[in-house]
Amino acid sequence: MEIFDLTIHEMQAKLKAKELSSVEATRAMLARIEAVDQKVNAYITVTPEQALAEAEAADKRIAAGDGAPLTGIPVGLKDIFVTKGIRTTCGSKILSNFIPPYDGTAVARLKAQGAVIVGKLNQDEFAMGSSSESSYFGAIHNPWNLECTPGGSSGGSAAAIAARTATATLGTDTGGSIRQPASHCSCVGLKPTYGRVSRYGVIAYASSLDQVGPLTRDVRDAAIMLGAVAGYDRCDSTSVDTPVPDYLANLEAGVKGLKIGLPAQYYIEGLDPEVKGAMDRAIELYKGLGAEIREVQLPHTEYAVATYYLVATAEASSNLARYDGVRFGHRTETAKGLADMFAKSRAEGFGAEVKRRIMLGTYALSSGYYDAYYLKAQKVRTLIQRDFLNAFQEVDVLLTPVAPTPSFKLGEKVGDPLQMYLSDIFTIPVNLAGTCAMSIPAGFNEAGLPIGLQLIGKPFGEAEILTAAYAFERETEWHKRKAVI
Amino acid sequence: MKITRAEVEHVARLARLELSEQELDTFTAQMDSILNYVEKLNALDTDGIVPTSHAVPMENAFRPDQPGQSLDVPDALANAPHHAESFFTVPQVIE
Repeated sequence: MEIFDLTIHEMQAKLKAKELSSVEATRAMLARIEAVDQKVNAYITVTPEQALAEAEAADKRIAAGDGAPLTGIPVGLKDIFVTKGIRTTCGSKILSNFIPPYDGTAVARLKAQGAVIVGKLNQDEFAMGSSSESSYFGAIHNPWNLECTPGGSSGGSAAAIAARTATATLGTDTGGSIRQPASHCSCVGLKPTYGRVSRYGVIAYASSLDQVGPLTRDVRDAAIMLGAVAGYDRCDSTSVDTPVPDYLANLEAGVKGLKIGLPAQYYIEGLDPEVKGAMDRAIELYKGLGAEIREVQLPHTEYAVATYYLVATAEASSNLARYDGVRFGHRTETAKGLADMFAKSRAEGFGAEVKRRIMLGTYALSSGYYDAYYLKAQKVRTLIQRDFLNAFQEVDVLLTPVAPTPSFKLGEKVGDPLQMYLSDIFTIPVNLAGTCAMSIPAGFNEAGLPIGLQLIGKPFGEAEILTAAYAFERETEWHKRKAVI
Repeated sequence: MKITRAEVEHVARLARLELSEQELDTFTAQMDSILNYVEKLNALDTDGIVPTSHAVPMENAFRPDQPGQSLDVPDALANAPHHAESFFTVPQVIE
């Protein structure tokens, strides 16, 4: 096994036993990036000098017996996380020269544990997209099939796990942007409950939905990463001040007696037969492990995508008003006056998908349309949230596909935004409800493309879905299969 | 038609986005199709339903009004496209 193939917990053991140093691990990872990333395009910025300096510091810490779970582990960050002194673009031309003066909280917490930041990962521009094709820095290729999309918007964070160019990564999830790429790249991706992880220093897209989470090679690694970044932060007033449990404590507890719900509205016609087959096999496996399976109803599921594209775009149009060419970011060279400078800087700096969403959101909030669109969507959001609360009266977790189909070809859906939006139909409701969910590898189709299964938990039920995910992973080999590139 | 080209032009002005003729055409068609799709929400009776603005119920987060550390002026100006002394500079606003 190569160094770059190791999980966090495997690498941690080797570092502790002095079989491996962080400098060696970091060099191996940087060499791997150099060797394969030109095919994948998962990285926007690689930071070898800083990474090696952090690795040296980590080795000293381990030698002094002062290691934390992530000390010396090479990690990558979606380029939505602001990093002090390291360019942070959010996949956009408008931020292509932005060097943040501070670290966001999640990044600071990884650094406090001694994690080694190897670089900043490519993504859909401002996290708006489901295929990682809207980046100013070019499309990302799926390591399982380079002609296919890795999913989005955290496509680089997932592709780097599949290509083994980072041991673990952080992404963000507003409508499925961690879980859908994790599913398409056969890795573990966890979207925590809204409020579980601070968004301070995370470039905002839709503030009532955005959440930070890890993408990893296995379930244990996801628990380690979540434990490192979760918890209250006074710099994010939406972070919730409830204690962070030890996510490893009950990981191996099993699923005997666990009540697993299958939402009738997710097992519908049009679901890809191979995805359906993978879900059926997973359900049988859980039954065999002693879980109790029953059908539940989420009656407002079909309204989720419409609700999301009103709420998210409205919030985006407001959040992205800050990009005006005054304090940071791109400014046009050809402005005639101040208003013209705003309009031209934004026209030159934003790509098509971002403009489309700003336009939709501005329209939904504009005078005369606010009640019909934005307020209506917020009311339907209440109904969707109630669906989940009702379902969780009956069961402990929900088991669903992550996406209706495996990955699709790059270019296939770029001309039809609505079709692209509908690919997030099984992930979006979770963000609207604000609860937690994860994607884990559950098989491959005949073409060799990964299929993920989604476990949805109660609010702040991350430990419970991690336990359920681990029970599945322990009985399967899907997470061990490696993309050949 | 849910939205006309003229309305799209108006929204672009509100959003401070200069759009090309071609972008206006494309966005008019695409926004029309998306607005037709979101129309399905009207099938739901939402009378008396309280809107959800946030996933987790939250009160105002108060804290003592004490000055803390903030960015130094050079750091705050470091990313500015144009600046002079301790100010951001912009094109002339008043003739």
